[in-house]
Amino acid sequence: MSFFNIKGTVNPLTALAQFAKKPHTLRFPEVEVEAKDRYRGVHYNDLQACIGCGNCSTICMNEAIDMINIAGIDSSKGDTGLRPRVDNGRCCWCALCVEVCPTGSLSLTKDYIYVTEDADAFLWTPGVDNPEGVNLKSFVSSKEHSLNVYGRVPMKELVGMERVKSFAEVVLGYEEAEARLEASRCISCGICTEVCPEHMHIPEYINAIAAGKDEDALRIIYDNNPFPEMCGKVCTRRCEEVCAMTHRGVEDDPHDKGAIAIRWLKRYVTETAPTAERIKEIVNPEISESNGFKVSIIGAGPSGLTAGYYLALRGFDVTIYEALNKAGGMTMWGIPKYRFPMDSLDKQVEYMESIGVKIKYNTRVGVDIQFDDIYSNSDAVFLGIGYQKAWTLGIDGDDMPGVIAAVDYLREINGGGTLDVGNKVVVIGGGNVAIDGARVSARHGADVTILYRRRVQDMPADWEEIEGAEHEGITIVPQGIPVKFIAGDDGKVKYVRYLKAEMKVEKEGARPSPVAIEGSETDIEVTTVIGAIGQEADYSFIPESFKDKIEINRGRIITYEYNQTKDPKVFAGGDTVNKTADAISAIADGFQAVKGIVKMLLKEE
Amino acid sequence: MKQDRSTTLYLGPQHPGITGNMMIKLQLEGDTIVKATTHVGYLHRGFEKLIERRNWLQSFTILCRMCVPEPDPNEENYARAVEQIEGREVPERAKYIRVLVLELARLASLLLWYAGQPGSAGLYTMGQWSVGDRNYILDLFEELTGGRIYHMYIWPGGVRRDLPEGFGDRVLKVMDYLEKRWKDYDRLMFDNAIFQKRAKGVGIINPKKAREWGVVGPPLRGCGIKSDVRIDEPYEVYDKLDFQVPDMYKDGDVWSRALVRRFEFLQSISIVRQVIEKMPQGPVFNKIPNPHKWVVPKGDALVKTETVRGESAFYVVSDGSNKPRRVHLKGPAYIHGFTLLEDVLVGANLADVSFIMNSLGTCPPEMER
Ligand SMILES: Cc1cc2nc3c(=O)[nH]c(=O)nc-3n(C[C@H](O)[C@H](O)[C@H](O)COP(=O)(O)OP(=O)(O)OC[C@H]3O[C@@H](n4cnc5c(N)ncnc54)[C@H](O)[C@@H]3O)c2cc1C
Ligand code: SF4
Ligand code: SF4
Repeated sequence: MSFFNIKGTVNPLTALAQFAKKPHTLRFPEVEVEAKDRYRGVHYNDLQACIGCGNCSTICMNEAIDMINIAGIDSSKGDTGLRPRVDNGRCCWCALCVEVCPTGSLSLTKDYIYVTEDADAFLWTPGVDNPEGVNLKSFVSSKEHSLNVYGRVPMKELVGMERVKSFAEVVLGYEEAEARLEASRCISCGICTEVCPEHMHIPEYINAIAAGKDEDALRIIYDNNPFPEMCGKVCTRRCEEVCAMTHRGVEDDPHDKGAIAIRWLKRYVTETAPTAERIKEIVNPEISESNGFKVSIIGAGPSGLTAGYYLALRGFDVTIYEALNKAGGMTMWGIPKYRFPMDSLDKQVEYMESIGVKIKYNTRVGVDIQFDDIYSNSDAVFLGIGYQKAWTLGIDGDDMPGVIAAVDYLREINGGGTLDVGNKVVVIGGGNVAIDGARVSARHGADVTILYRRRVQDMPADWEEIEGAEHEGITIVPQGIPVKFIAGDDGKVKYVRYLKAEMKVEKEGARPSPVAIEGSETDIEVTTVIGAIGQEADYSFIPESFKDKIEINRGRIITYEYNQTKDPKVFAGGDTVNKTADAISAIADGFQAVKGIVKMLLKEE
Repeated sequence: MKQDRSTTLYLGPQHPGITGNMMIKLQLEGDTIVKATTHVGYLHRGFEKLIERRNWLQSFTILCRMCVPEPDPNEENYARAVEQIEGREVPERAKYIRVLVLELARLASLLLWYAGQPGSAGLYTMGQWSVGDRNYILDLFEELTGGRIYHMYIWPGGVRRDLPEGFGDRVLKVMDYLEKRWKDYDRLMFDNAIFQKRAKGVGIINPKKAREWGVVGPPLRGCGIKSDVRIDEPYEVYDKLDFQVPDMYKDGDVWSRALVRRFEFLQSISIVRQVIEKMPQGPVFNKIPNPHKWVVPKGDALVKTETVRGESAFYVVSDGSNKPRRVHLKGPAYIHGFTLLEDVLVGANLADVSFIMNSLGTCPPEMER
């Protein structure tokens, strides 16, 4: 090496050339620097789209998010009313909260500069404290990038034309792996529990299923619902309608909208307990010692049985009076067996009887035993009598032979009877009962038409029932108003005459109603007409003097807190009380009444 | 009375020349170091422990923070370990993107070294340039991942988002620029007589010791030993890329190590260009289950990457639950900056301490985790 390194001295000096060049540095804040399109700055939340599920809060390992009430947003069906508040001082800007937000309401923005002396000022409620954030959204949520799993594990079913050959169960149930997978989609937000009439512990039992703990799941369900298999097969599943997963599931799955299959998961769990003995072993209920109080229940439908079960567990002496020879009410006599098989119900009832619920079958109150006797011999009475009487159609000729009511038909068939409806059946109505009547007739070989006054989309029946009927070859004639039944030579009904209807909006904002088109008379040839336009209660067993004491208004028994009637000793529930008229509402009523009876008689909560 | 010329000096834990918070107790005879004892513990954040309380996804957000200058290999290592335990496939395009990110991170980290190495010899202009140039890479990261320093971008199953429109072109532009700058750096730093004088023959590690002590990365290659995980045990798509590992710088001193890094800077630029060219179309993420309920089957995995400091390994254990049982990082800085440093500093001049530390890639955040 030379003593003096010329290159090593001169070359570095070329750096001086930099003086003549533009600086790399930007003169911020004189020069505006906009963050890039994926920048992860402070949060913004679309407050209207957010449902307060709290998934953002649970994923945040820094506990930077808490869920708070904010002015102007109330809880409602499918919305907790809470909104996330972010402690920007704790946030590490990972945006996991964005990736798990099921609605996509949450995003991160380009906004990142905030200077304050007040540490508490770092608590921001996105969307409330930074409305301008709506124009600064950068790291946004999308269905494609979301970490939520929106697609439901499909349920296997018997194919349509295979089904009508028998009363075999249509739904085949989840395999274990399918159930685990479906359960693992749940984000445990619990929005569903608010909507469930019985407020079942939905996230808890789904979590148990996801973790492979099916028996735990069954125990969790039994905590407030003694009919897991009933609800697992036929529940109206209001819970699924509000599932957080539905917010982005609609395009792939217009009906279920990708909701977690809460009902099918419940159904899956019950497969761990195929007999009443197994249920008892798994649930292993704690039964209190007899407390000396007597409770009588009229009607062994879901409401009465639920009340009976939990009262028996609390040490009450429970007797249920049931007019018919089997328990279950409309879930036994109404719901067809291809939806809810007999043994599914029987084992649940058998289990109840095994823990001390006494059911007196074939005992119609008002006929076999008098209401007054029951009333005076009991410390409390529960009325769970349901809606057994069908409304008559109110159409010229509705009393002629061959015109029957769906509930009567179903009762006959479900009881093992053989009522022959012939080969041409017209069902009148658009609800679930109508469809059940139609699908049962189809299973007896009839060619079935459903005649409904309004459009298909107006049918109150569940979409899966409508679809099921269509798959089974049933014809739906919408906008058809029956006006007359015409008898054949044998005096039996031979034709249904109906008028075509057009849908008209009578009043602005009102739902369109059918208006008959004059001269559009059409006749359909029939062997049987099945009417399914509604049911009502039969209160004839209640003495007139007593009817005033318990308030019956427009066919319904009025109840107060804990399903207690005006007569404190009498509680009521199920179809005669609630407007939702389904099994889970009946179960919820029964459960409430138990709380009321416990409170009243045992003086405890 | 006999005069004692020996002094004890505590360098750090707060000292601008130290590459993070650690302390070295130096025994000096005049300006010469006779004993060096490293003390760490000032930067312990307990990441590995914290991870045991987080689920498999949540863990990923903290891992990058184990190393500030080059966070991405930690994300990649963790992701690959989890994928290995789970048997989760990663889409080909995601693998290319991962390599792109890793090499951009390597370049960004080398640019910091370009600042620190001469800076610790008092040559500050170089640092102004390279840190400014590093910003162009951070801009790319911001565009790709939404973050500048910590990207939280490579996660189990792939990467979080695909490349934005036209991103490849912008990357290539930055590569062209950096290649040009590399020559400027040469003039300013490698040609510089002062730098050469400071670097040559200083902080020597001999090859035998390097092997015995488990030295890796540029310090090992600076002894003329060819060793690089990307070649020896290729991961992601490194086996499909063409690049060289230097073995021609054999002196084991700061200068040799500097030449290794100088060489590798160009190699990374070349890798980035190849990746942009060869990257196939397709998905970038093989979606994981709902993160709250994501369970990784029982098992363990040991994975390695070549970081800018050398081989870095992750050992990940799952007990079959929704949280990692253990995530352990064995990084190069632990060897280089904690044990090796004590040895290399003996005989060195006090003024060379941070100069040598820089050349070893001492990274207290990674050492302590
Ligand atoms: C065809 C059909 C299909 C349905 N499908 C579904 C469905 O898929 N999902 C769903 O959730 N719900 C369904 N429902 C509704 C559901 O079955 C009812 O909401 C539920 O059974 C109501 O329960 P409850 O306890 O009020 O009374 P009910 O189930 O009606 O039971 C009342 C019981 O009381 C007995 N009883 C009445 N009077 C007396 C008396 N004087 N003495 C002694 N016993 C008496 C009756 O014999 C009956 O057993 C369906 C109903 C029908 C008719
Ligand atoms: S995850 Fe989304 S929808 Fe749920 S509370 Fe947070 S911001 Fe709202
Ligand atoms: S960005 Fe990450 S750290 Fe910040 S609030 Fe969201 S989840 Fe928590």
